[in-house]
Amino acid sequence: MFRIPIGDFVETVIDWLTENLSVFFDAIKSILESIVQGFEFVFTLIPFFITIPILALIAWRVSGKGTAAFTVIGMLLIKSIGLWSNTMSTLALVFTSTFIAIVVGLPIGIWMSRSNTVDKVVRPILDFMQTMPAFVYLIPAVYFFDLGKVPGAVATVIFAMPPIVRLTNLGIRQVPEDVIEASRSFGSTAGQLLYKVQIPLAKPTILAGLNQTIMLSLSMVVISSMIGSGGLGDVVLKGITQMKVGLGFEGGLAVVILAMILDRITQGFGKNTSKSRK
Amino acid sequence: MSKVEVKGLYKIFGTTPKKILPMIKKGMSKDEILKKTGHGIGVNNANFNVEEGETFVVMGLSGSGKSTLIRCLNYLIEPTSGEIWIDDKNIVGCSKEDLMEIRRKKIAMVFQNFALLPHRTILDNIAFGLEIQNMDVNKRREKASEMLELVGLKGYGESYPSQLSGGMQQRVGLARALATDPDILLMDEAFSALDPLIRKEMQIELLKLQSKMKKTIIFITHDLDEALKIGDRIAIMKDGNIIQIDTPEEILKNPADDYVKEFVQDVNRAKVVTASTIMRDPDTVVYSKDGARIAVRKMKEASISSIFVTDRERHLKGILTIDDATNLLKSGKDNLDSIIHKDISTVSPDTAIEDLMQYFINSKYPVAVTDEENKLLGIIFKVSVLAGILGEDIVNV
Repeated sequence: MFRIPIGDFVETVIDWLTENLSVFFDAIKSILESIVQGFEFVFTLIPFFITIPILALIAWRVSGKGTAAFTVIGMLLIKSIGLWSNTMSTLALVFTSTFIAIVVGLPIGIWMSRSNTVDKVVRPILDFMQTMPAFVYLIPAVYFFDLGKVPGAVATVIFAMPPIVRLTNLGIRQVPEDVIEASRSFGSTAGQLLYKVQIPLAKPTILAGLNQTIMLSLSMVVISSMIGSGGLGDVVLKGITQMKVGLGFEGGLAVVILAMILDRITQGFGKNTSKSRK
Repeated sequence: MSKVEVKGLYKIFGTTPKKILPMIKKGMSKDEILKKTGHGIGVNNANFNVEEGETFVVMGLSGSGKSTLIRCLNYLIEPTSGEIWIDDKNIVGCSKEDLMEIRRKKIAMVFQNFALLPHRTILDNIAFGLEIQNMDVNKRREKASEMLELVGLKGYGESYPSQLSGGMQQRVGLARALATDPDILLMDEAFSALDPLIRKEMQIELLKLQSKMKKTIIFITHDLDEALKIGDRIAIMKDGNIIQIDTPEEILKNPADDYVKEFVQDVNRAKVVTASTIMRDPDTVVYSKDGARIAVRKMKEASISSIFVTDRERHLKGILTIDDATNLLKSGKDNLDSIIHKDISTVSPDTAIEDLMQYFINSKYPVAVTDEENKLLGIIFKVSVLAGILGEDIVNV
C-alpha cells in the first residue's frame, strides 16, 4: 500500500522554517525570554512573607475567606517543603503563557464571532491544537527556540490557548440580538458595539475561558519541563526519572495547590462580574 | 410635508432577493414564491405617510411583517427596494455616516424585551444613546436623570436592570429612547411583554407623555385594543401587506376586508367609538327668537318630542319639549324663554360611547355635543348609542 509521507513533509517544512525564518524566531525568542524572566525576577525577588499576604488578599477580595485561608495554608506548605522558588518559576511561566494566549487568542475569538467563515476555518485548527498530544509540540518548539523556558512557553501557549478563543467567540455570539439591535439603533459604531456591549456582556464567558486556559497551561508545565523549562515540572520529572516517589508527590502537590488557588481566584473574577446581572 | 414617508417598500429574505422582486410585482403569492424559490417576503409594497406628532400604529399578528417593517425604518434591516423618506432625506442607499447621524439624532427605538444592558446601572443605560454620541459623562448623566424623573423612576438611577420589574424596565427603555431627544420614536411591541395591568398603565403613561412631547411615534403591536387606544391612525398588516390604513373609528366602521372585519368584531366599541361618530347633524334646532309656533312645527315635521334651542351662532341655549311648546301656544304666548330647560347634558365630540351612557340613565332628553365655545355640533339619541355599540350604520337609524 502506498504510504503518504506526511511525517517527511512536516520535517521538510520545519527544516525550511528553521533555516529561513531564524531571524523571526530569534526575535520571538528574545521577546518571550524577557517576559518570562521579567515575571520570574519579580516573583522570586519578592519574599514569601509578602507574596503570600498579597495572594491571600486578592483571593479574599474576589473569592472569599475560604479561598484566602486555603491560599495561606497552601503556600506555606509549598514554602515548607522547599519548593518556593520552583513554584514562582512555574507561576512566571503560567503568567507568560496566559498573557500571550490572551493577547493572541482574544482578537482571534472576536474575529471568529464576527465572521462565520473565520469560525469555520479556525475551529478545526483549535481542535488540532487541543487534541494533538502535547508532547508533539515539544519537538518543533525545541527546533525553533532551543531548550529552555521559551519553547516551554510556546508549547504551553499552543496547548492552552483554544479555550479562551472558543469561549470569547461563544460569549460574543451569545449576546442577545435585541441588545445588539438597541446599540445599533442608537447609532453605535462597530467599535462602540464591541467595547460597550459585546465584550462586557461576554465577559463572564470570556473569563471562564481564561480560567480554562490557566488550568491547561499549568498542566502543560510539567510536560514542558522535559525540554528544560524548569519550575515544578522539574521536580516531578526528577521524581519520575529517579524513581523518587516522595519527591514526585511533593512536586505534584505543589502544582495542585497552585492550580486550585488560581482556579478559585479566576472563577471569583467571573462571578463578580455577573453578580449585578443575574 | 410628512415626517416619514414610505414608498413602495419591499423586503425579501433569501439569497437573491433582487431576482424575486419582479415575480412579486407580477402578482405571485407569498406561498408560491416560498415554494418555488425559497425566499420569504417580509414586507410587500408598503406605502404610507406618518405626519409630525402623529401616533401611527402598525398592527398585525406574528409573521405579518410588522417587525420587519419597523426595522427597515431605522435600517436595522436593509430593505430590498423602495424609498424611506425621513424629513427630506431618503435613507435607502444613504451613506453610513448619514445613517449613523439619523440613528443618533432623529430616530430612537424601544424594544419588546427592553434590551437593557445588564452590566450598567439604570442611569448609564438611559445615558447610553448620549454616550454613543460621545457626550461628556456629567452632561449625559444629568440629562439621563431628567429622563429618569420624566418616566417616574426617580431614585432608581443606581439600580441594575435585573432589580427592576418589567414595567419599570420598559420605562427605562422609554427614557433611554427619549434621552437623545429624537423626533421619531419606534416602539416595537413595547408593551407586549408586560402584564395586562402594567400594560394599561404604560399605555396611559405613553399617551400622557405624548400629549406633552408631540413626538412622531410609530408603534408596533399585535393587540388591537392597544392599537385602537393609542393610535391616531392604524395600519393593519397581513402576510407582509398593509391591508388598511385608517383612523381607529374608521377601521371599526368600515373594515377593508373580511380579515379586518374578523379582527374588529370582538372589540369593545363602546371604548373606541366616539360621540362625533354617532351624533346626528343638528339640522333640526330652533333659534331662541323663533317662537313656539315654529318650534312645534319643526318637531312635528321631524317627529321628535324635544328640540334643542340655539342662537344664530349656534351657541346652545337649552332644550324644550313638544308638550311645553303646545301648552305655551294654547295660552297664546310665543316667547320660548320661559319653557327652555337649561339643565341638559353636553359632551365633547371625542367622548367615548362608554362615557356617554351615564347621561341617558336619568335623562329623557338627547345629549348635545358641543365644542369648547358651547356651539352645538351634533345630537345623540339613545338609539344612536346602541347602534354605535353594535356597529350599525347610524344614518339608517
